[in-house]
Amino acid sequence: MEPLHEERLAELLSALPTAPAAWVQAAKELPQARRQLDEIVELARADAEFRVQLIADLESALTSAGYEPGTALVQAVRARLPELG
Amino acid sequence: MTIEVTDAQLVERCRAGDAEAWNELVDRFSRYVYAIAVRAFGLPKHDAEDVFQDVFARTFERLDSLRDDAAIKPWLAQMTRNACIDRLRSGARVQPVDEPVVEAYDSRLEQLDEALDVHEGLRTLSGDCREILERFFCLDESYRVIGEALDLPAGTVASRISRCLGKLREQLEGRNTSSTPSGGV
Repeated sequence: MEPLHEERLAELLSALPTAPAAWVQAAKELPQARRQLDEIVELARADAEFRVQLIADLESALTSAGYEPGTALVQAVRARLPELG
Repeated sequence: MTIEVTDAQLVERCRAGDAEAWNELVDRFSRYVYAIAVRAFGLPKHDAEDVFQDVFARTFERLDSLRDDAAIKPWLAQMTRNACIDRLRSGARVQPVDEPVVEAYDSRLEQLDEALDVHEGLRTLSGDCREILERFFCLDESYRVIGEALDLPAGTVASRISRCLGKLREQLEGRNTSSTPSGGV
């Protein structure tokens, strides 16, 4: 590491900008989203009507089933839709 | 001062299903992954977001395959690098990604590694110092904006930034002369 002049510190602090808050929040929601994804996939396989709703309007179907349609969950379910169709 | 949790301890807790530890891991490395995508590889925002989410999703899924918990940082860097190159290649469609792009990445990563060490030092400062340095250097806020947010005159903002930078330097120099507390590489 180069000597820690304040100018150098300032340069290094600026080198790592804050990631957008929504991206960070979505990443934090991943564990919960993965748990919920398993439930939703199981439900969709067992319930044809829910499966059709998911494909037609993903976010509304999730809300109707009692899930908060956060970014991480919506993306995870969307990625699994082809295998449910 | 806060008690530092090493990278290895954090990974171990994540693997055990500790939700707070996962949040901390995301907080600790989100800037790093983001900076690799946007600063080292220059990905546009929508591609960078895909890479960012993909890297953390893979991290969550594959944490069990990490052989050395303390090596989470280089593991993340490698995963992010590969995801960025894949993204560039898929965008280029026919033409291969230029080798200089990858070479330039390697030199930029060194600086990002150093920057992450500085940010780890930032976490050990008081909340006031952390906030003012993050606002000025990471969020690029002006003295005026910071002053309004923190109810401080602009001159006080400037002097506080200087004082907090001094504290950060002392903290980092203290780390460098003693054993490294972080499990990072």
